[in-house]
Amino acid sequence: MSKYLLNKFLYTVDRDPDLVERYRVDPVGTVAWWETERANVIPNLPEIERSTWLEFTDTEREALATHDFVKLFELGAHNFLTLTLFIAMFERDYDEPLGFQLEYARKLSHFGLPYPDIST
Amino acid sequence: MATVAAVIASTHHPFYYRASTSAGADRPPFADEWVAKIEAFRETLTRARPDVLVMVGSDHFHQLWLDNMPQFLVGKAPFYDANFYNEEREFGLPRMFVRGDEDLSAYLLRQGLDAGFDLAFSNELRIDHSITCPLITLRPEADLPIVPVYTNIFAPPLPQPKRFVELGRAIRQLVESWPSDKRVAIIGTGHLSLELGGPRQFGPHGPDPEFDRKAVGWIASGDLTAALAEVSLDSLWLPGNATHGFMDFMLMMGAAGDNVKADYSDSLDLFHTMEAYFTWYPEAAA
Repeated sequence: MSKYLLNKFLYTVDRDPDLVERYRVDPVGTVAWWETERANVIPNLPEIERSTWLEFTDTEREALATHDFVKLFELGAHNFLTLTLFIAMFERDYDEPLGFQLEYARKLSHFGLPYPDIST
Repeated sequence: MATVAAVIASTHHPFYYRASTSAGADRPPFADEWVAKIEAFRETLTRARPDVLVMVGSDHFHQLWLDNMPQFLVGKAPFYDANFYNEEREFGLPRMFVRGDEDLSAYLLRQGLDAGFDLAFSNELRIDHSITCPLITLRPEADLPIVPVYTNIFAPPLPQPKRFVELGRAIRQLVESWPSDKRVAIIGTGHLSLELGGPRQFGPHGPDPEFDRKAVGWIASGDLTAALAEVSLDSLWLPGNATHGFMDFMLMMGAAGDNVKADYSDSLDLFHTMEAYFTWYPEAAA
């Protein structure tokens, strides 16, 4: 389980306009590149001080590579990070205001309380 | 000593800026009522004639991240740039720039540490919509120096609700003991029931109108006893998965004082969340 790393992916992609577009059009390639090149970079440190131990589980990698926000919710990825990034990628595909956000809610409607734990 | 000119608590709704500045077909039907309520609320700060604003909010994974997450942080910088690319993208928020009051920041940090709050600090802080939304609603000129105070309502493990209340009480006492002749408004924003990234998000009302009704009652009457009895870190998941932002309201109740009724209180039932606005004037009560 690496909820932290799922969150780190969502966080670092969401803050970079180019990466948002890249992840939208090429999720498999972006996730593979990110895991190799960025997963171990600590945000506030030079790259030479990178970590050595962070990697996705197969389930996590698959969830990110398929844009599966329902799975990300189930895995305990931070709800705010997932929502914000997925709005950035997919809100534009819906004609109605809040169309994507309401679809997002519907797809999560089988979850009852308590929701999956987001603690890291 | 400094004067606490006003204590103000409200929700921070990132869509207000876009709703209030849009026109024609883009202007949502609720915009006019919302703007009228905000303008009335703004007058409660203007009337207090503040010189400095202490602004309590919560970074939404913008500058503060899980590799180094403070629970409570005070900004101590001469200036603050504000709002982020993803807030511009999603909410249409403008980039902003505000002055800081480093003297008051330094005083809150030193005295707060000595009073038992191990406050983190930042000398270069970019503030997000939890602080710029109340600037936009309450002081759109953004012409007064601020002291930002960030709380962690977002990344568990979180401090207990009681700790937010205690910090609010401490901030009030520290501002009152600050050797200055300035008039300080203490402003904090949080949430009532709120769901983000979950099945109850973006409904026609907030996810738990019953919680909202109770919460507005607690805040308006200053009923910290009831709020602390009913609210826990576990219970706050129930009204909506982003409802821990209510602890910033509890912090502000601590700043306003136990059982001190708000001098001004208003609310607006919107899609997604209920808006709520409260102002206390400690001078009038003294």
